[in-house]
Amino acid sequence: MNFPILSSLILLPIVGALFLFFTKDKDGNNYTAKYVALFTTVVNFLISIYLWFSFDQSTSSFQFVEDRTWIEGFINYKVGVDGISILFIILTTFITPLCIISVNNSVKNRLRDFLIAILIMESFMIGVFCALDLVVFYLFFEAGLIPMFLIIGIWGGARRVYSAFKFFLYTLLGSVLMLVAIISIYWITGTTDVIQLYEIGIDVKYQNLLWLAFFSSFAVKTPMWPVHTWLPDAHVEAPTAGSVLLAAILLKMAGYGFIRFSLGLFPIASEVFTPLIYTLSVIAIIFTSLIALMQEDMKKLIAYSSVAHMGFVTLGIFTLQQQGIEGSIIQMISHGLVSAALFLTVGVVYDRMHSRLISTYGGLVSVIPKYSILFMLFALASLGLPGTSGFIGEFLILMGAFKDNFLVAVIASIGVILGAAYMLWLYKRVVFGKLINEDLKKIVDLNRSEYFILSCLAAPILFFGFYPDPLINTIEVSVTDLINMHNTNLASK
Amino acid sequence: MENLNLVLPEIFISLSIMFLLVLGVFKKDSSKITFNLSLFAILITAIITINETFSVSRETLFNESIVIDSLSSLMKIITLVGGFLVLVISSSYLKTFKIYNIEYPILILSSILGMMVMISSNDLIVFYMGLELQSLALYVLATYNRDQLKSSEAGLKYFVLSALSSGLLLYGCSLVYGFSGSTNFDIISNQLNSNEYVLTFGIVFILVGLAFKISAVPFHMWAPDVYEGSPTTVTLFFTMVPKIAALTVFIRFLYVPFLNLIDQWQMIIVFLSIASMIFGAVAAIGQTNIKRLIAYSSISHIGYTLAGLATASNEGIQSSIIYISIYVVMNLAFFSCLLMLRRKDQYYEDIEDLSGLSKNHPLLSLCLLVILFSLAGIPPLAGFFAKFYVFIAVLEQSMYFLAIVGLLSTVVAAFYYLRIIKIIYFDKEKDKYDTDHSLWLKFSLTVSTILILLYFIFPSQLIEVVSRINII
Repeated sequence: MNFPILSSLILLPIVGALFLFFTKDKDGNNYTAKYVALFTTVVNFLISIYLWFSFDQSTSSFQFVEDRTWIEGFINYKVGVDGISILFIILTTFITPLCIISVNNSVKNRLRDFLIAILIMESFMIGVFCALDLVVFYLFFEAGLIPMFLIIGIWGGARRVYSAFKFFLYTLLGSVLMLVAIISIYWITGTTDVIQLYEIGIDVKYQNLLWLAFFSSFAVKTPMWPVHTWLPDAHVEAPTAGSVLLAAILLKMAGYGFIRFSLGLFPIASEVFTPLIYTLSVIAIIFTSLIALMQEDMKKLIAYSSVAHMGFVTLGIFTLQQQGIEGSIIQMISHGLVSAALFLTVGVVYDRMHSRLISTYGGLVSVIPKYSILFMLFALASLGLPGTSGFIGEFLILMGAFKDNFLVAVIASIGVILGAAYMLWLYKRVVFGKLINEDLKKIVDLNRSEYFILSCLAAPILFFGFYPDPLINTIEVSVTDLINMHNTNLASK
Repeated sequence: MENLNLVLPEIFISLSIMFLLVLGVFKKDSSKITFNLSLFAILITAIITINETFSVSRETLFNESIVIDSLSSLMKIITLVGGFLVLVISSSYLKTFKIYNIEYPILILSSILGMMVMISSNDLIVFYMGLELQSLALYVLATYNRDQLKSSEAGLKYFVLSALSSGLLLYGCSLVYGFSGSTNFDIISNQLNSNEYVLTFGIVFILVGLAFKISAVPFHMWAPDVYEGSPTTVTLFFTMVPKIAALTVFIRFLYVPFLNLIDQWQMIIVFLSIASMIFGAVAAIGQTNIKRLIAYSSISHIGYTLAGLATASNEGIQSSIIYISIYVVMNLAFFSCLLMLRRKDQYYEDIEDLSGLSKNHPLLSLCLLVILFSLAGIPPLAGFFAKFYVFIAVLEQSMYFLAIVGLLSTVVAAFYYLRIIKIIYFDKEKDKYDTDHSLWLKFSLTVSTILILLYFIFPSQLIEVVSRINII
């Protein structure tokens, strides 16, 4: 309890980055830098696993809380985890080392700087998930823009400048209103401490506006239709490791924010705006799935599928049912693993052929079978086949949705079919069919590190698909408590 | 007998100016020694200021025409430190242009003296005297590189427009005097309760004159030209030091003599603030010269400072002071980088000259990255906290419109800062720049960048110092 385990999780990557900063940058494959970064992130992963084991699943109160005065009499540096946030922290620490292993093949120049950016990014992301003070949360939330902007801008593809600017300005524009809301909350209630705010509650007459201000930030980050357009651009141009971080973790910040802040702080407003969220989510699910069907660029297709999946997540959160919220959290974790895996599989063939166009490929199964098997697993997990983690999440979300609103649930179920359609069609066009492109004959199968990364991702996808209990046990009490709190708040007003 | 210890800094600095003038005239090749002695003089003045006045809560001198309080002593110290750093990093730039003369440090000292008088003035006449002393020194400084056409143009432009604004200011002062029957701020404050029509004119004239001095929109037109034309080190001086003094006077005017007329000036300040924030952000987008860009950026930063002043609360004033202090550090850091863009006795000032800087000068580019993100107000850098405090004060008064406009214009402003970062990091590299910079330049860049980067670890210290300033 006394050891500041969460702060060390946040600080360790920064220490690693500082260490890297003082090493010399070499051209080509800089092994020193890579091993330092890998070592830091693996240690961080082990600490977070230890955190999970020593985490008490029977209570919904925040654990490992650290509370330090930061700005005298105003803001405290307060961090802590509950059942909801701990899974996201583990997801972050799990994905980051895989990203670092994957840079072998994709990043050619200034490897050291790239690793520094990734490490700093990791520490900001962990900070977002364990912040228990609104200002601290905002700080980490916004600070993450800097490394991501650089990752897309420096190491990205041909239209990287446009994408980096779009990413940065969109997200910043969304977040500034959240800052206004946070400061307003301070003046309304006299604190920005989340735990205290849960107890005090916020006056009903302010809730709607404050909810909208938070929504503007989270909607851009999620991203929800119609402010999702930055995501495909950012994904397409970012280097593989950048896309992975973006899809697997950055998008989850908003889903997490919806649960932690929108539901927790503004229960009445959440009830009021549920139809808005439902509408936008359903549009996102159907509309972006249809767009995904039309894509010719593999990365773009997966990016649009992310928007559709995040549509399920927001839908699930605002069903305000136990199943819905649990489903959303599991869907986010699962999507974190699956989208990371899909971007990495695209990265594998991109590194060899330097093309992301679907039409370049076809008939891969006869030349690189190992790759094709893993790709199939991830594609099936993405469309939510029973036995993969994707199924658990989608199933629970739809269950929650049916309880709350039949029509929405039916439309969302159509989205599941569309999801199967674009994923399977993508898989068919890339892997099956005749091998037409002559260059493809020389393509080599997965090398050791790629094989390792993809298996690392495949294992939890399958494991949690068959046995989701560890996840559900961790979040159950916290979610139940959140819903109870929500209902008492509704009843008392 | 008055307690002369309280004005010892002013006395010391004026004696030093006279001594240095005599020394400079009678001793040959005395530029170097004049430079060093002026640095020494500023340092001693700063020490005296800290020693004699820092603990004073409020004292008045000379028939209450001079006031020494925590506001004046803090602002004087910031002014002196700013002046010291400008002087210390100027020398290599001046040597390159062969204008390393005795006049430069003496002019800077004189303008600092003028500002110190302004800062502690509690009387219209004393205030005006200080203002003119600093302005006259600044006109000459703007033209200091007199062989260059642009520098002369900058000085002339500055002189003509500044003289006009001084005229307006004086006219406003005389109107206020006419209505209150005194030039003393405290007495004016007691006398001005009426809503006289003409009195409003007086206030407007004074505010316009002051807005001109801090280059708030719509009285900003001189700033880009003057900033571009003046020698870079003088531009640095312009962007930092006179603004501190003008801001202090702004605070004094608004919250001592005009406190009762808050309804009349609050809208004006809100307008100046919003206009500066938006215009500064939008107009900077098309610029190609870094100094012009910084001129527009400083206009928008002044907008945020004014937003704090518009709140009519102690927290607002304190947040403005924190803002301007952090802004001074950021500006110092940015100009230190700018002064490092030198190749064989030529300084480069176009944004395009930064192209691909990160390949050849990774450390310098990293500093610029930190500074630019901080100027854009991205957390966790110091620039974010500056804006954060201002918006806390603004929202305390429920001025939502001002806060939202201000925050949205940070997004616009972020665009042009990002553009510079893009040019540094994403574009093709050019030839290397010289790396043999003076030790002081490296020192000021390192220290200011570290301050910006690590401010978030100890944010309370600055607040503690500033929270002693309670004007209302």
